[in-house]
Amino acid sequence: MDKQGNTYTFLYASIMVIGVAAILAFISVSLKPIQSKNVAVAKKIDILKSVGIASDASTAEKLYEEHIGSNTKVLNIEGNEVDGNAFDIDLSKEVRKDLKERSYPLYICKLDNGEEKLIIPLRGAGLWGPIWGYISLNADRNTVYGATFDHKGETPGLGAEISKDFFQTPFKGKTIYNEAGDFTSIDVVKGGGTENNPHAVDAISGGTITSKGVSAMLQDCLSGYEKYLKN
Amino acid sequence: MSDKEPLFSAKNRKLMTNPLNAQNPITIQVLGICSALAVTAKLEPAIVMSISVMFVVVFANVIISLLRNTIPARIRIIVQLVIVAALVIIVDQILQAFAYEVSKQLSVFVGLIITNCIIMGRLEAFALGNKPWQSALDGVGNAAGYGIILVIVAFFRELLGSGTLTLPGLGTLHIIPQFIYDLGYQNNGLMILPPMALVTVAVIIWVQRSRNKDLIES
Repeated sequence: MDKQGNTYTFLYASIMVIGVAAILAFISVSLKPIQSKNVAVAKKIDILKSVGIASDASTAEKLYEEHIGSNTKVLNIEGNEVDGNAFDIDLSKEVRKDLKERSYPLYICKLDNGEEKLIIPLRGAGLWGPIWGYISLNADRNTVYGATFDHKGETPGLGAEISKDFFQTPFKGKTIYNEAGDFTSIDVVKGGGTENNPHAVDAISGGTITSKGVSAMLQDCLSGYEKYLKN
Repeated sequence: MSDKEPLFSAKNRKLMTNPLNAQNPITIQVLGICSALAVTAKLEPAIVMSISVMFVVVFANVIISLLRNTIPARIRIIVQLVIVAALVIIVDQILQAFAYEVSKQLSVFVGLIITNCIIMGRLEAFALGNKPWQSALDGVGNAAGYGIILVIVAFFRELLGSGTLTLPGLGTLHIIPQFIYDLGYQNNGLMILPPMALVTVAVIIWVQRSRNKDLIES
């Protein structure tokens, strides 16, 4: 057959594409279980980090069982418990729904000193892709005990800094309700780090859109827990 | 390969050793700079990236070389791209399964191996016109030449920028002892920012060319 002819070219391209697709599909399917397990472990590491428990891939499972285990809840907007497994809820799908229709997962973590912390998962949008995180509240259901954020593809050195400690530590001790009991969330703004503002932290210079994304994510995800937290 | 020529003849060895120095893809051909900036803040991602690139270049070179007489000239770039893309996806999937932390760190850069100029460059310049064995050697050589620069740059950036060295399997090693910090030494934060990768590469180029005057362009 003429190797430069149209028929040959089309045939060649078709066979190659089908062959490559089959190989990739096979690899993707056969590696899926291991990958899902990695994702679950990474999620546990993140959850534990929000209450200041450091873990790695080898210890996360055990520490998670020890401190949280099945002590989780799924809430609706009214603050009532509904059926479901908090860990399996895909937050990326929930945040697309209307506030009233979402399921709100909640993790209750028992620390070594006996204190209980509420861990609320967060998910929102940064500049280039999704950002997510976990924020833990003290037993007063108002003061932040710790927070952790991560991202899929924010700019390194700018927006990606939300996953660094210097950004996350200032969240500690901030409150999400003002003295009148109204929901204020925590703003991520320029100059927010001053001590007399309990509802704001400093934004990242050069990472304005990601900072705003964190702000919006906190507002959006925390507001749904209001009824539960006030009970 | 011809029957008479041994596997590692002088000519074949040159295919592997040339890219390490006189034909280095980064410092001489100035290819693959983008990833050299991005993944060299720590040693571990640099090493993993080099291994990944080597895997992709070698297999892509061999596959293209095997197919070289069947590929229709009009779609040869697309064929190369499909094969490179498929190999990169395989690398990405394997990293996600067996080195999740590293894959998170490398994130987009694994996908960007596809656009690494070295790979397409070797396919076009070498694999399309040479036999599989030579192409494999060429791939090993070029990936090693790329990797060596990556590792050198990452070594200095991590050592001076963070005072540590991160090796696969060993974790983070604190190289600079605490008492030096107590004496007032500070890590140079500039080193972990991308611009310093360029400067480090430039220093390597400078050293290399001052040692080998043949490399200096008039």
